[in-house]
Amino acid sequence: MQSQAAAYNYQVVRQFTVMTVVWGVVGMLVGVIIAAQLVWPQLNVVEWLSYGRLRPLHTNAVIFAFGGCSLFATSYYCVQRTCHTPLFSPALASFTFWGWQLVILLAAISLPLGFTSGKEYAELEWPIDILIAVVWVSYAVVFFGTMIKRKTPHIYVANWFFGAFILTVALLHIVNSAAMPVSLTKSYSAYAGVQDAMIQWWYGHNAVGFFLTAGFLGMMYYFVPKQANRPVYSYRLSVVHFWALIFTYMWAGPHHLHYTALPDWTQSVGMLFSLILLAPSWGGMINGIMTLSGAWHKLRDDPILKFMITSLSFYGMSTFEGPMMSIKTVNALSHYTDWTIGHVHSGALGWVAFIAIGCTYYLLPRMFGKTEMASKRLIELHFWIATLGIVLYIASLWIAGVMQGLMWGATNPDGTLTYSFVESVKASYRFWEIRLLGGTLFLAGMLLMVWNMMLTIRGGTAVNDAPVLAPSGTH
Amino acid sequence: MDVNDLRSLITVISFLLFICIVMWAWSSRRQPDFEALARLPLEDDEPLLAAASTADQHKGHQS
Repeated sequence: MQSQAAAYNYQVVRQFTVMTVVWGVVGMLVGVIIAAQLVWPQLNVVEWLSYGRLRPLHTNAVIFAFGGCSLFATSYYCVQRTCHTPLFSPALASFTFWGWQLVILLAAISLPLGFTSGKEYAELEWPIDILIAVVWVSYAVVFFGTMIKRKTPHIYVANWFFGAFILTVALLHIVNSAAMPVSLTKSYSAYAGVQDAMIQWWYGHNAVGFFLTAGFLGMMYYFVPKQANRPVYSYRLSVVHFWALIFTYMWAGPHHLHYTALPDWTQSVGMLFSLILLAPSWGGMINGIMTLSGAWHKLRDDPILKFMITSLSFYGMSTFEGPMMSIKTVNALSHYTDWTIGHVHSGALGWVAFIAIGCTYYLLPRMFGKTEMASKRLIELHFWIATLGIVLYIASLWIAGVMQGLMWGATNPDGTLTYSFVESVKASYRFWEIRLLGGTLFLAGMLLMVWNMMLTIRGGTAVNDAPVLAPSGTH
Repeated sequence: MDVNDLRSLITVISFLLFICIVMWAWSSRRQPDFEALARLPLEDDEPLLAAASTADQHKGHQS
């Protein structure tokens, strides 16, 4: 630690990288358990392991524990190296690691016990919300502090995306979590009625837009060029699609509230902005994939690039599907069905998890003094098992969702419903079994990753002396 | 002028601002700067891994 001034802070990056893998396994295991509970309801043995308690634990674990740790790790790594300076305040950086792990631990205890504020993706009760806010503001101080003391005149585009993600998530979390506590474990939202619903989905959709998109696009803009050893396809496109995302994402939330008490014009605005979002989303996808233009052969024998480029293909697919589902007439069929769950997982497993896994495979050997992961073949196997898992998962839920939507809407000539709700549940079982198989395959891939990580760590040494390089003289 | 006029105004200003950003990004004067910026992540490799990454480049050129 004596050479701290001249060395990048790899310790916090390493901690977050390892925990990305650990929380990935935990979150996805909970996902597999609740998928099994849908197929075999008798698996709901005790109340604190029942579907209703475990479902928010699954979403929080995969989004904020797995996704969050990978965002911390990659943003800390990227901002130091592209700014050619160690992280601002190592103590505060360390606090963000331990603080974030404490948040995850508290979530893992409080959600199964049934403490929830009932807001999707914001279920945690107010004391934990305050801790999240403190950790997040510290994260912002570390990140922007590092950016301020940079040695390069410009700020690389990946840092713009990471910065937008950090600022926006702070704003979303603090506004949506405003609540009146009645006890240590119970609070009521500061908002009422339809305003509460609108603020919740302004938060919810922008959590998708900034936590699960802008942050992961930051990863894409640093790690895809690094792994491919080529500059990004079009820097000007990255600037334009960054600002297009910033200007439009904020308005797309109402599409979660189609055909509700929300005023009709608000729903239409939400739908319109969701459709506009297709353009900047595909701008990002094209920019990432085309970075490989002229070097496609690298895809053949580099499984890490396979993860990254496939993630961009899934990003393109789900950002096409999303705007389509936001169209009111399509939404009339898709809403409240498993189609939504299929769509979310095509984004979450295909895009978010794949790019995070690719970046983790990039980071792990560098954090432990190796040039590459212990086994390339295990990465390759992980890639194919996970891809097969996603395809089974999303295809089965697409079919189940459309079937459910059609069954719920079907009427007899006299106007009565053709099917009762439970008939649509009965018809869904076969698809839920396929979904369980897909999820299990994805989890199996993560276990291969754990094994590969342990092989890589064994015999490696933690790197704490990576020298800070002077920026290139070309600027 | 009531608050709704102000809201419309902000929407229009935001849109014009975005158009300006697009024109700025696509102006040919920005091109050399952008090319240098795009190389930023590629110029930060650690000496520890320099040998590995040059070997990687050679492999890329051969195939």
